[in-house]
Amino acid sequence: MTTVFGVPIQALFSQLLVGLINGSFYALLSLGLAIIFGLLNIINFCHGALYMLGALVAWLLLRFFDLGYWPALLIAPLVVGLFGMLIERTMLKRLQGLDPLFGLLLTFGLALVIQGVARNYFGVSGEPYDVPEQLTGGRNLGFMFLPNYRAWVVLVSVVLCGLTWFVAERTRMGAYLRAATENPVLVQAFGINVPRLITITYGLGVALAALAGVMAAPIYRVNPLMGADLIIVVFAVVVIGGMGSILGSIVTGFALGVIEGLTKVFYPEASNTVVFVIMAIVLLVKPAGLFGRTA
Amino acid sequence: MTTHRVEAPAGVQGGVSRRDDVRSLRIPILAMVLLAVVAPFVIYPVFLMKMLCFALFACAFNLLIGYVGLLSFGHALFFGAAGYLAGHAAKVWGLPFELAVLTGTATAALLGLVVGGLAIRSQGIYFSMITLALAQMFFFYCLRAQFTGGEDGIQAIPRGKLLGLVSLDNNLTMYFVVLAIFLFGFFFILRVIHSPFGQVMKAVRENEPRAVSLGYKADHYKLITFVLSAGLSGLAGGTKSIVFQLASLTDVHWGTSGEVILMVLLGGLGTVFGPIVGAVVIICVESYLAGLGGWVTVVQGALFVVCVLAFRRGIIGELSRVLHRPL
Repeated sequence: MTTVFGVPIQALFSQLLVGLINGSFYALLSLGLAIIFGLLNIINFCHGALYMLGALVAWLLLRFFDLGYWPALLIAPLVVGLFGMLIERTMLKRLQGLDPLFGLLLTFGLALVIQGVARNYFGVSGEPYDVPEQLTGGRNLGFMFLPNYRAWVVLVSVVLCGLTWFVAERTRMGAYLRAATENPVLVQAFGINVPRLITITYGLGVALAALAGVMAAPIYRVNPLMGADLIIVVFAVVVIGGMGSILGSIVTGFALGVIEGLTKVFYPEASNTVVFVIMAIVLLVKPAGLFGRTA
Repeated sequence: MTTHRVEAPAGVQGGVSRRDDVRSLRIPILAMVLLAVVAPFVIYPVFLMKMLCFALFACAFNLLIGYVGLLSFGHALFFGAAGYLAGHAAKVWGLPFELAVLTGTATAALLGLVVGGLAIRSQGIYFSMITLALAQMFFFYCLRAQFTGGEDGIQAIPRGKLLGLVSLDNNLTMYFVVLAIFLFGFFFILRVIHSPFGQVMKAVRENEPRAVSLGYKADHYKLITFVLSAGLSGLAGGTKSIVFQLASLTDVHWGTSGEVILMVLLGGLGTVFGPIVGAVVIICVESYLAGLGGWVTVVQGALFVVCVLAFRRGIIGELSRVLHRPL
């Protein structure tokens, strides 16, 4: 058997794949956080809870409406996105002009409520969710076995990240968005409905989290607490990448997923903490993050 | 570089001199001490001790958020770490009560120096996220480490004897020791916020660039306050683990960090009595709802939402606005 630094190459590649999968979710979530932060200037603490909600909606659709993975992939982000817009319109809007810390506290409270309610009705053990028929099985690449579903998740999230980057950086809507991030008052004066832009952006960011949730359902089971610990890692990812750029959050998300996967191979004890250690080192060297502008 | 201001407590500004400020607190302080002395004869002392430990924890937390405007989302780290160290010192090293608690406090202060040194390099929301991430790292460390007992925690920690003389196994004796520790922490914080140092702290909160331009090293003030806050949180955590003879992962979990934020927010950010009232209310609500299991989290979350949307001054903040005096 071929080995790299005394580790069988199969194990190395399979952990690399796990890392890529985790990285896909980090990237999708930190991307949503970055967009929302840009426009609303708040850190959306309930992002993890809404990611969970996406998975939960997919499970409920299957259970009660007999709608499978593919419809869920469309419906769950839509439902959660609308729910997010409702949150923005009824609550977050009222915090404008206040210290952004209040936004953090409010969304933290919302996360507790959403997760608490989900836990009361669904317990903590989680429900299994099957991989869709078309994506079962896998292929042998010679050096490792690649399950089709995992390849699909990585592919979709790369495409989604690319698409979001394209929309934000190359389209008119994205130009409005970036302009409103820089100076909302001036953009409003040009006749663009900034409050509506904010609502839509929040909805989109949240829908992205819900989509990640649906994709995660077959891998991690549907569990009310699946987003709770993930969100803290994603925060660390955001700190490492810096809040300035969308590209930064995508690259850091994938990179840290892979690094975490590799740590599992070479030094398993540190696999839970490696992201936080990297965060501490980055803070010492570049306090604004790798891609961030100075705070 | 912009600093965002946490809403200033009502009534603290104005033309009142510092001396009058402290003097006007005399009556409420006296009432609080009297209440605390009488309470154990009416209410179960162990329940009261839990309140006192969390009240001290909340006061320590308030020192940071209320007076320097830094929202730490990782204060469970100091509370829990001190709990583990104090428990370990009492159980394995066989140290007496006071030395065990001191060990925990010193550890928390030291960790505060490390975490604070890293976190104060960034501002506002970043600061919160960094403290949260570092606390989560510490949580995973505690989960894996040998001496913390992993999922089991450190159990059956002996309470021992105070100064080698008075046995603390009696709940009433223990209560008065905890009350003394709490009052020490409370008066220490009161002294700090009314000292010249405290004035600079508030100046940094209100307008950091201006404080810097006046020649104050804002980062030094932030770091010292962070270490003080961490150390006092450790004092609370260490005491708690010995009183309840248990140090567990719950105390280092982010849930505990959230809980202490809620206590201070509900009671009133930047008020002297707010954190205490907040801690008492939250502990009561929790024990009242304990039978309902998961709903405790939902109620906590809902309280957060209500406080942020409609009640940002908190209980004591509103009260002090109505009474036109700082509380």
